[in-house]
Amino acid sequence: MLPVLTIDQATYDAIVAHAKRDHPDEACGIVAGPEGSDRPERLVEMVNAAGSPTFYEFDSTELLELYKEMWARDEEPVVVYHSHTATEAYPSRTDIGLASEPGAHYVLVSTREHGNNPGPVEFRSYRIIDGDVTEEEVVVVPTLPDTSH
Amino acid sequence: MAIEVRIPTILRTYTGGEKAVSGSGASLSALIDDLEANHPGIKERLVEGGDLRRFVNIYVNDEDVRFIGGLDAELSDGDQVVVLPAVAGGC
Repeated sequence: MLPVLTIDQATYDAIVAHAKRDHPDEACGIVAGPEGSDRPERLVEMVNAAGSPTFYEFDSTELLELYKEMWARDEEPVVVYHSHTATEAYPSRTDIGLASEPGAHYVLVSTREHGNNPGPVEFRSYRIIDGDVTEEEVVVVPTLPDTSH
Repeated sequence: MAIEVRIPTILRTYTGGEKAVSGSGASLSALIDDLEANHPGIKERLVEGGDLRRFVNIYVNDEDVRFIGGLDAELSDGDQVVVLPAVAGGC
């Protein structure tokens, strides 16, 4: 099976809006979904505690709150996203070295072209496992497929 | 009684896939040594050069151990310990 990230338009737009809003600092967050579902359903924008154009880090207290909330809801991070504000939307060596969610889609958005302004961005997704980076296709759908039976 | 330790996905290779394991120790460093005895290799992922790794967060009863003594943080039976890798990166 070819790797692919399937994401709904509203979540995609919200990630892009977050990245543009926080430019020139890096924006970061996650999209949680039910464990094992591979469905990015619930966007959680995080504060970049580093407040930096070249680095991002979730605040440690907020990180714990986020995970406790996900555990209580039987969720996991389906997407971990952050922006690059001066470079391409490709994982840096630091990104690769620190990637610690082998099950997640790592989304990179680059705002280097238009910054805070309207205009297209690079929006790319990767798997990062044991230092190996695999880019995957991003499929944007109007809404995620209904899986209720 | 023991101390429950929540293990993040990336370290579950050391715990046979278990999300939580129990350990014992009067301090965080003693607990980590106890974990290492049962789950060899895990210590190196938590500690580097005698200090907690920069991009690993450990919480005792919801407090980041960096604010309560780091590896010297005192532990008691029944404490809840959570290990979470930092979510971080940079261009």
